[in-house]
Amino acid sequence: MKIKPLQISAHIILILGVLLMVVPIWISFASSTHDTVTILTEGMKFNIGEHLSRNYNEVLNEKGGWSEEVTAAKMFINSFIMALGIATLKVIISAMSAYALVYYRFKLAVPIFWLIFITLLVPLEVRIFPTYKIVSDLGLTNSYTGLILPLVASATATFFFRQFYRTIPDELLESAKLDGANSWRFFVDFLIPLSKTMIAAMFIFMFVYGYSQYLWPLIMTTSEKYWTVVMGMKIIFTESYEGVALPRTAERFAYIILSMIPPVLVVVILQKWFIKGLIQTEK
Amino acid sequence: MSFLDLKNITKIYPNGTKAVHETSLSIDEGEFMVFVGPSGCGKSTLLRMVAGLEEITEGEITLDGNLINEVDPSERDIAMVFQNYALYPHMNVYNNLAYGLKNRGIDKQAIEQKVNDAAKLLQISDYLQRKPSMLSGGQRQRVAMGRAIVRNPKIFLFDEPLSNLDAKLRIQMRLEIKKLQQKVGVTSIFVTHDQTEAMTLADKLAVINNGVIEQLSTPIEIYNNPKSLFVAGFIGSPQMNFMEGELKNKTLSAEGFEIKNVKSDYNGEVTLGIRPEHLSQSDNGLINLTVDLVEQLGSDNLVYGQLKDKKDFCYRCPGNLTIKKGSKLSLNIDNDNYFIFDKSSGKRVN
Ligand SMILES: Nc1ncnc2c1ncn2[C@@H]1O[C@H](COP(=O)(O)OP(=O)(O)OP(=O)(O)O)[C@@H](O)[C@H]1O
Ligand SMILES: [Mg+2]
Repeated sequence: MKIKPLQISAHIILILGVLLMVVPIWISFASSTHDTVTILTEGMKFNIGEHLSRNYNEVLNEKGGWSEEVTAAKMFINSFIMALGIATLKVIISAMSAYALVYYRFKLAVPIFWLIFITLLVPLEVRIFPTYKIVSDLGLTNSYTGLILPLVASATATFFFRQFYRTIPDELLESAKLDGANSWRFFVDFLIPLSKTMIAAMFIFMFVYGYSQYLWPLIMTTSEKYWTVVMGMKIIFTESYEGVALPRTAERFAYIILSMIPPVLVVVILQKWFIKGLIQTEK
Repeated sequence: MSFLDLKNITKIYPNGTKAVHETSLSIDEGEFMVFVGPSGCGKSTLLRMVAGLEEITEGEITLDGNLINEVDPSERDIAMVFQNYALYPHMNVYNNLAYGLKNRGIDKQAIEQKVNDAAKLLQISDYLQRKPSMLSGGQRQRVAMGRAIVRNPKIFLFDEPLSNLDAKLRIQMRLEIKKLQQKVGVTSIFVTHDQTEAMTLADKLAVINNGVIEQLSTPIEIYNNPKSLFVAGFIGSPQMNFMEGELKNKTLSAEGFEIKNVKSDYNGEVTLGIRPEHLSQSDNGLINLTVDLVEQLGSDNLVYGQLKDKKDFCYRCPGNLTIKKGSKLSLNIDNDNYFIFDKSSGKRVN
């Protein structure tokens, strides 16, 4: 096979793109295997050092925080639970509300849809005080429910599901009805399997969204037991030196590398579905 | 009381379109009824009201002795084959057939038995594990039929199921549907705008125009005895020839010829209809035709030409006659096989 110049230039561009993505991660990883002093004196590293197991061990097991109650491992678990809860509920709720909007032809369906859509203009950060007030009145501060609940409605996902359902031909519903399917069965037996690629994609986006929440967990948790990874990034692994808190850089790099694992896992697992759905063209 | 009864059914869509007007009709058990009519005449609407997919504005539908106006489609025990098949894209053929049975709570072994029987009947046993997207048009058609048959419903509804197939396959599937219906013996309603399909399939034929049933009878009766100008023009291929004329004291005078002793007491302006196949050549014929074009179908020739007043006219003759373009033919009507309609109302008057 002849290699054309165009192909070569295309590959060069692609390789540059890959490097752009991968190099910072590699630097983080390499730096996480040295000790802090080396990094502070010599700058970030490209080669692997000798402290890999020690650093990662420390990160996972050392108690941190103001009152030394929380470990990084615990924070990973918290973030994972929060992201999982947010993504799952977001997908379920938006799929169901889109179903109601598309298939129950009541007069208010369109105004309600736009009302939902408008909430895109008021993200959590804008309404954070009323939200905090409600959550604390309900006694949900310092709980997983409190972390998850205010974030489970999603206008974006509702919009995408709605657009998708509208492309499904009416005959399918009619035919299913004649086959004895009620509304619930139609949702479960038809819309969910038909939209599984959509569900996988939405789940990935929403998981990453939930995982990277910062402000909300920061405000609503007072107990370190509910700290999340992103909050921890700022707070843990500091060292007091002449009254100034200095970061323990090497451990922090290790922490960053570890914090990438859960979202990457989700992407890797769901990607199989995602691609399968793209290959099988199902009308 | 017959099996399916429609009593004074009217359908007005929310936007005000009146699609069906006070239509009454009854179908006996095991009968194959065909609705035929031009596009937009309300055939699908009528069918969908029977299925329960469209609300009934006025009137009553009874199926097997029960009023079903308010019964949900899922409870009606009716199966429908759609024009574009509406197969379930994410299920394989087996599950497409089995889905309706599962919803009825039938146990697994019985379902398997029924699906396999239906698949054998329709010769789709080899494709049971395939998804619909991996089937040809004809195979999809069969799966859609199988999905209807497998449930053994009270009534089959077909909404132009053959219109997506190519001409040859359409004729083949038409035969198969007829055979299948006779074998299974299920009451059926079949909607089409193709008059050949209608004639060949129907036990009873309802010719619909503008939301009204113009005539309801056996196909051959409708062909031999059309009750209105519309029916006469719609049924029969090639189309019936029409001419203007006047009827007075049992004598019909049209452009260039007269017919005496017409069996009608009507006086006034009329339209005369003659089928192309009810003509033959004779020396002193009534009708003089100048030939423009001859279509040779093998068994028959279709001769197109013009009358004296430049009106188009068609004559069908046996294929062994050779007729040249430009020649002049003199034709007679066979055995008084002509139809006379009141010009203004379109009603038959002889
Ligand atoms: N949902 C609807 N809302 C308003 N009017 C409708 C609707 N569906 C059909 N109509 C109108 O009702 C009339 C009958 O429609 P219908 O679909 O029954 O025709 P049809 O005989 O099946 O025609 P075709 O052979 O083209 O399928 C048409 O004038 C059509 O425009
Ligand atoms: Mg139609």
